Amino acid sequence: MKHGIIVNSLIVVVLLAAPIWLNAYWVDVLNSIGLYAVLALSLNVILGYAGLFHMGHAAFFAIGAYTTAILNTQFGIPVLWLMPLSGIAAGLFALIVARPIIHLRGDYLLIVTIGIVEIVRIALVNNIFGITGGPNGIFGISRPNLLGYVIRTPHDFYYLIFAFTAVTVFLFHRLENSRFGRALNYIREDETAAEGSGIDTAHYKLVAFVLGAFWAGMAGMIFASKMTIVSPQSFTFWESVIMFTIVILGGSGNIRGVLLGAFLIIGLPEVFREFAAARMLVFGAAMVLMMIFRPKGILPPLSRTYKLKTNAG
Amino acid sequence: MSKHTLLSLSDLTKSFGGVLAVSEVSFEVHQGSIVGLIGPNGAGKTTVFNLITGNYLPDRGSIFFDGRDISGMRTNMIVSLGIARTFQTIRLFQNMSALENVLAGCHCRMRSGIFGAMLRLPWQKHEEREAIDIAAGELEFVGLDSNPDMAARNFSYGNQRLLEIARALATRPKFLILDEPAGGMNDHETRSLVRIISQIRDRGITVLLIEHDMNLVMKVCEELVVLDHGIMIARGTPEGIQKDQSVIEAYLGPPGNDEDEDF
Amino acid sequence: MAPDKGKVMQLFLEQLTNGLAVGGIYALIALGYTMVYGVLKLINFAHGDLFTIGAYLGLTLLLSLGLTGHIGSAAGILVLILMVMGLVAVIGALLERAAYRPLRTSPRLSAVVSALGASIFFQNAIMLIYGARFRVYPHDLLPVTAISLFGLTIPVMRIVLFGASIVMMTGLYLFVQRTRTGTAIRAAAIDQGAARLMGIDVNRVIMYVFLIGPALGGAAGMMVGLYYGQINFTMGWVYGLKAFTAAILGGIGNIPGAMLGGLLLGVIESLGATYISLAWKDAISFIVLILILIVRPTGILGERVADKV
Repeated sequence: MKHGIIVNSLIVVVLLAAPIWLNAYWVDVLNSIGLYAVLALSLNVILGYAGLFHMGHAAFFAIGAYTTAILNTQFGIPVLWLMPLSGIAAGLFALIVARPIIHLRGDYLLIVTIGIVEIVRIALVNNIFGITGGPNGIFGISRPNLLGYVIRTPHDFYYLIFAFTAVTVFLFHRLENSRFGRALNYIREDETAAEGSGIDTAHYKLVAFVLGAFWAGMAGMIFASKMTIVSPQSFTFWESVIMFTIVILGGSGNIRGVLLGAFLIIGLPEVFREFAAARMLVFGAAMVLMMIFRPKGILPPLSRTYKLKTNAG
Repeated sequence: MSKHTLLSLSDLTKSFGGVLAVSEVSFEVHQGSIVGLIGPNGAGKTTVFNLITGNYLPDRGSIFFDGRDISGMRTNMIVSLGIARTFQTIRLFQNMSALENVLAGCHCRMRSGIFGAMLRLPWQKHEEREAIDIAAGELEFVGLDSNPDMAARNFSYGNQRLLEIARALATRPKFLILDEPAGGMNDHETRSLVRIISQIRDRGITVLLIEHDMNLVMKVCEELVVLDHGIMIARGTPEGIQKDQSVIEAYLGPPGNDEDEDF
Repeated sequence: MAPDKGKVMQLFLEQLTNGLAVGGIYALIALGYTMVYGVLKLINFAHGDLFTIGAYLGLTLLLSLGLTGHIGSAAGILVLILMVMGLVAVIGALLERAAYRPLRTSPRLSAVVSALGASIFFQNAIMLIYGARFRVYPHDLLPVTAISLFGLTIPVMRIVLFGASIVMMTGLYLFVQRTRTGTAIRAAAIDQGAARLMGIDVNRVIMYVFLIGPALGGAAGMMVGLYYGQINFTMGWVYGLKAFTAAILGGIGNIPGAMLGGLLLGVIESLGATYISLAWKDAISFIVLILILIVRPTGILGERVADKV
């Protein structure tokens, strides 16, 4: 227990200090890792905790990013204010699309969510409602302004993303160890038994989707203000695949596993630049091998233990 | 003991693809009693259970529980109204600990949601504490308190059945439905099951059970309902049923539909 | 007034025949999905990439062997398609051995993830070998002529394409209905356990399924190359998803259903692109897919099976 706290604090200190020695390029790599970590953590609520095979997470990310882009460029609303709004937009979208498909069995759900992410991308390309800017997207999104300080450089963004990731980890850790988190786990293990134990499974599955989408939407706001441009090619099916792979390979249902997955899948290809082209090839093979030899991921979820009155201490 | 009717089924009918599984079944269960639902394989017993718990929708007929029409209600609603069940084919959360399995039952008596989880306010901590105590208490009640952190899949078959009972009890039911609770148990385990069932009744919980072990049925049940081919053919005290000609024929006569329902 | 009406009719028939030709391709790919799903209850995500492999192998053989120069275009292409079918069939069987057989007893979704991994692997392997850019099939292989039928001009290629897919589908249908192996496949699809008890070697059946499906998919890949002239390493995923939609539309696990679903989807897409919006063409099949899964998940010819609780 103590040991764990020391290791965790050490990792946090190293991460906080890391930008001091790194150049802008490597800080940007860390920023990518952080953003994907948040996205994967939000997908983990749906895929890891509730066991719902959802491969359309890029759609929620896109809705968030576009909400920020549109409201910021059209109405000049400061991007940080748009964070909750982007989350809500993505959450609402999830509520609408997930409701009719929530009862579908695993593999069917997977294919439908792929369909959703493609429909969203095609809609963005086709400049739906005349507000998404078509294939070129929307540019000129302003930078976040924190009490007069404009967050601009990769180093600035590093601390914003780090803070967002830290808050996400903290809150999701609490979520995992709660009535809500357990309910999602029961659904993953056996939906009929969960329903028979008094859990409103349809409701919880929907809430998992909405919560995951809400978080992905907020991550979309950070992405939009960091890039200052959003376009459909940032939200393809492959983005969903990368998020999915991070969760599955890292350890679905385990926050540490997901964070490790983000480092490996986003970070490693940068370290081995010469093999960057083969990165997806390796991921593909790794997915097959993992399913055969270590189906629960590199770091599978640990089982929870509880302090009982009788043997407390 | 009061004669208050807790559950009443009337003209309950359900068919699957044109085959009548349950046909116009009507009976009542009085509060505080232990009733056995018996009959040959494929008689429709588990189907009746699934109709009561909302897993199936009846084609016709009504189910009243505690004066409320519950037919067509969703399972989780029915559970929170006070009907809990166990499954014929054990359905535990196999990879989760015994305590967490029982905590699943506590779920419907708790309130905390996403925000509660994230904020951890005092009342939520208190609620969580209370649920863990209840769950631990139910584990103790069925005699499984020695290993609360062990994964459900590592328990013996008989103990898994007891764990399911503990989970069902954690929903604080008024009415408990047990589907072949002694299935796969040895004599010793069955004996302690008999004791547990009467203790459940002593807690004021009404029990309806399906069981093939006639010894157990005769020992614990005060009343029996006999189904054959989806039709109720007899009803009465265990002594009366043992002498009933139609029941003897149903069990010894030409075997009908031998298909086992798996639930 | 009258000529306008004629033009409207002509456009409609033009799109209808185009839809049928493309639908034939979807149907051929859909058969691979539906047969695998029938026997293993697995969505073989890598199937679309086997189709792509077929297209690329076809191009390689076409350019390197020079067969069409020696024995004539039509005969050369026929021989090449058969070669492609054989090669892709072997890759399909190897895929099953490597990525699916070890997961036979695992939870179903593990196999789905493995299939997805295999798909990513294939797609990127093709990209690394052939490059990310579009590759072009020689366009002077087959006559670009069109024939006139009831005042309608139809490119010969379209008819050949449609005819070829019909021939292959009929062949498969007869094989499945009339031969012992076909009967074994059908039996295994209904109940694997029972089939095993009846003395059917289920592993062999699965191998056959993974030979036949990919063979048809590979042929479809080469046909797309010949018809459209250009191929890309990602095309398998779009065609694959559409073919999967076709399989669901017809009722997954149902062989005639996949044929019907493929043709129907081809026509819906072609007419939708013309009369609704060309830009939304690729979204049409996804919308169809989602609508079916919500309204009637068992498809047109699928039987409604009550989910046992």
